[in-house]
Amino acid sequence: MTDFWLHPSLILIIGCFLLPLVKGPAKKTFMLLVPVLAFLDVVMMPKEGIYGVVQFLDWHLTFGRVDALSMVFAYIMTLMCCIGTLYGLHVEDDSQIIAAWVYVSGSLGVIFCGDYLVLFLFWEVMAFSSVFLVWFRRRPQSLATGYRYLLVHAFGGIVLLAGFVLRYQATGGDLSFVHLDVEAPNLSTYLIMIGFILNAAVPPLHAWLPDAYGEATVTGAVFMCAFTTKTAIYTLARACAGMDILIPLGVAMALYGVVYAVLENDTRRLLAYHIISQVGYMVAGCGIGTAMAINGAVAHAFAHILYKGLLFMGCGSVLHMTGKSKFTQLGGLYKKMPRTFVFTMIGGLSISAFPFFSGFVSKSMIIASAFSEHILWAGFLLTLASAGTFLHTGLKVPYFIWFGKNNCSEETWEKAADPPWNMQAAMAVAAALCTFIGCYTPYLYDMLPNKEVVYQPYTPYHLSETMQILLFTAFGFFLLIKKLAPEPKISIDLDWFYRMGGRGFYWLARKPIQSIDTAWSEGYRVMGLIPLMTVSRFWSWFDWNAIDGVVDGIARSVRSVGGRVRKLQSGQVQYNLYYAVSFVAVMLVAYVLC
Amino acid sequence: MNIVKLIDFFRDRLPTVIKIGYGVLALLVVIDCFVDKEHAHTAIEHLPGFWSIFGFVACTLIIIVSKWFGHLGIMTREDYYDD
Repeated sequence: MTDFWLHPSLILIIGCFLLPLVKGPAKKTFMLLVPVLAFLDVVMMPKEGIYGVVQFLDWHLTFGRVDALSMVFAYIMTLMCCIGTLYGLHVEDDSQIIAAWVYVSGSLGVIFCGDYLVLFLFWEVMAFSSVFLVWFRRRPQSLATGYRYLLVHAFGGIVLLAGFVLRYQATGGDLSFVHLDVEAPNLSTYLIMIGFILNAAVPPLHAWLPDAYGEATVTGAVFMCAFTTKTAIYTLARACAGMDILIPLGVAMALYGVVYAVLENDTRRLLAYHIISQVGYMVAGCGIGTAMAINGAVAHAFAHILYKGLLFMGCGSVLHMTGKSKFTQLGGLYKKMPRTFVFTMIGGLSISAFPFFSGFVSKSMIIASAFSEHILWAGFLLTLASAGTFLHTGLKVPYFIWFGKNNCSEETWEKAADPPWNMQAAMAVAAALCTFIGCYTPYLYDMLPNKEVVYQPYTPYHLSETMQILLFTAFGFFLLIKKLAPEPKISIDLDWFYRMGGRGFYWLARKPIQSIDTAWSEGYRVMGLIPLMTVSRFWSWFDWNAIDGVVDGIARSVRSVGGRVRKLQSGQVQYNLYYAVSFVAVMLVAYVLC
Repeated sequence: MNIVKLIDFFRDRLPTVIKIGYGVLALLVVIDCFVDKEHAHTAIEHLPGFWSIFGFVACTLIIIVSKWFGHLGIMTREDYYDD
C-alpha cells in the first residue's frame, strides 16, 4: 500500500456526484461518510513523496506533492470538512453541501499541487464554488454580494496568472510551485504574492471577506471561514516565506481587523474582521520566515480553522434559530441558548490565547519569533492586537448576545433555543479539539513542518504575561462597556470604491451609452429591419407551404430536447455558472482518472 | 439547564464576583513580582506588572481610537448602499 496515493479531493468530488442519488435514511450517513473517508485518506497516506503526475501537452502536472507542510494543512482541512458537514447535516438543500465539498476539494487541490498550473486551476475552483455558499442564502442582497466576491477573486486570479506567466517566461519554462527568490524579488514575484495575499485578505485587498462571510449561509460561512484564507497562508508559507514586506502588512492587518471589529454591529461580520486580524499574525509569521515563525504560522492556521469554525458555528446557531445576527437585535439569550453560549465561549477563549486553549500554544509562537528576531515593534503591536482579540471575540460577542441589554423582539425571544443536535455535536467536537490542542501540545507540535524547532509555551513568565494582558483587558472592557454598546450602523470599508465605482459605471452604461445604443437601434430599424422583414415574410410563406411538411417531424423532436434544455437554463447567470463549473469538474475527474 | 443555574448563581452574587475579580487582578500583579523573567525579551518587561499596564492601556486605546475613527464618518446608516 506504500505506493498507493489517492487525492482526497477526488473522494469529495465523487461524493458530490453520488449525493443527489442517495435517498432516505442512508443520506445523513452518506453525508458524514464522504468527508470522513477523505480525512482517513489523508491520515493513512504516505507522509512524503510525489504522486499524481500527469502529462499534459508539454507539461508534467503534479497533483500530489506530499510533505510535512502539505500534510498538516490537508489534515486540518479534511477534519474541518467533517465538522462542517456534521454542522450542516440538517440542510435539505443538496447543492449547498455539494458547493461546500467542491470548495474544500479546491483547497486540497492547492495544498497538494506541485506546480502553478494546477494551483491556478484549483484556485479558481475555490472561488467559483464558494460563491454559491453566498448565493444560497437567497436574500435579495446575496446575489450582489456574491458577484462582488467573484469579481474580486477573478481579479486576484488574473494577477496570479500574470505572475505565473511572467515567471514561466523569465525562468524558461519553470512552473514548479516552490520557494520564490524573496531576496531579489522581481515583478513576477510581486504579482504572485499579490494574488496570494488577496486571498489572505490583506488590506487593501480585504473588503471581500466581511462582505461575503457576513452574507453567506449559516453552514456556508463555517466552511468559508476555514479554507480560503488558510489556503493562502499555505501558499505564502510555501512560496513567500521570509519576504520582508509581509511583516508590516501582517501587523497592519492584525490591527485593522481589531479596529473595524469595535465598530461592527453584525456578529458574523465582527468575526470576519477578526479573521483578518488573526490571519495577520500568520502573514507576519510567513514574513519573518524563520523555522519557528513558519511553524507558528502553520500552528496558528491549524488552531484558527478550529476556533474560528467554532465561533462561526456559535453565531450561526444564533442566526439559524432567531433569524438575527445583529447585536442591536439580540441580548440576554443565556437562558435560551446556554450550550451555544458555552461552546462559543470556548471558541472565544481559544482565539484570545487563554492558557489551556488552542490559541495560547500557536499565537505565542509567532510573537516569540518576532521578539527573537529583534523585530520588537512587530512583537509589541501583535501583542496589542491580541488584547483587542479578547476584547471582542472573548468579551463583546458573548456579552452582547447572551448577556447585556435584551434587545430581542418578542418573536426573536420565542424562537431562541439551542440548535438541532447535529449543530451542537459539531460545536462540541470543535470545542473539545480546541481544548485538547491547548492542553496536549505534542498533538499539534509533532505535525509542524520544521521538526528541529523546540518551543515551550507553558513557562511561568509566559503564563503570567498572558494572564495579565487578558484580565486587565477584561477590566478595561467592563470599565468602558458603555462606549462599546453596539450601534445600529454599518462601517464603510474599502469596498466603497468598487461598490460606488460600479455604480458610476452603471450610470455611464445607462445614460450616455444607452442613448447612443437607442439611436443606433432606431437607425438600424429604419435602414435594415424593414426591408429584412419584407423578405422574411416571403420566406415564411414559402416555408409554411413547402418545407413544413418535411421538417415537422424534426421540429417536434428538437422542441422536446429544447424543452429539456430550457429547464436547465433559468436565465440566471449563477445557475449557468453552476452547470459550467460542474461540467469542468466532471471533465477534470475524467481526465485525471483516464 | 445546569448551565443557566450556574450563571444565575453568579449573577445573583454580582458584588462578590466583582470583588473576587479585583482580588485576582491584584494577585496577578503580586505574582508577577516573583516570576522568573529570564525569558523576557526587553528590559522594560522586568518592571513588575508591566503587562498589566500594557493590557489595560491596549484595551483603552483600542476602544477609544476605534470609536473616534468610526465617528469620523466611517460609521454610517445601515441603508447606505441601498439606493
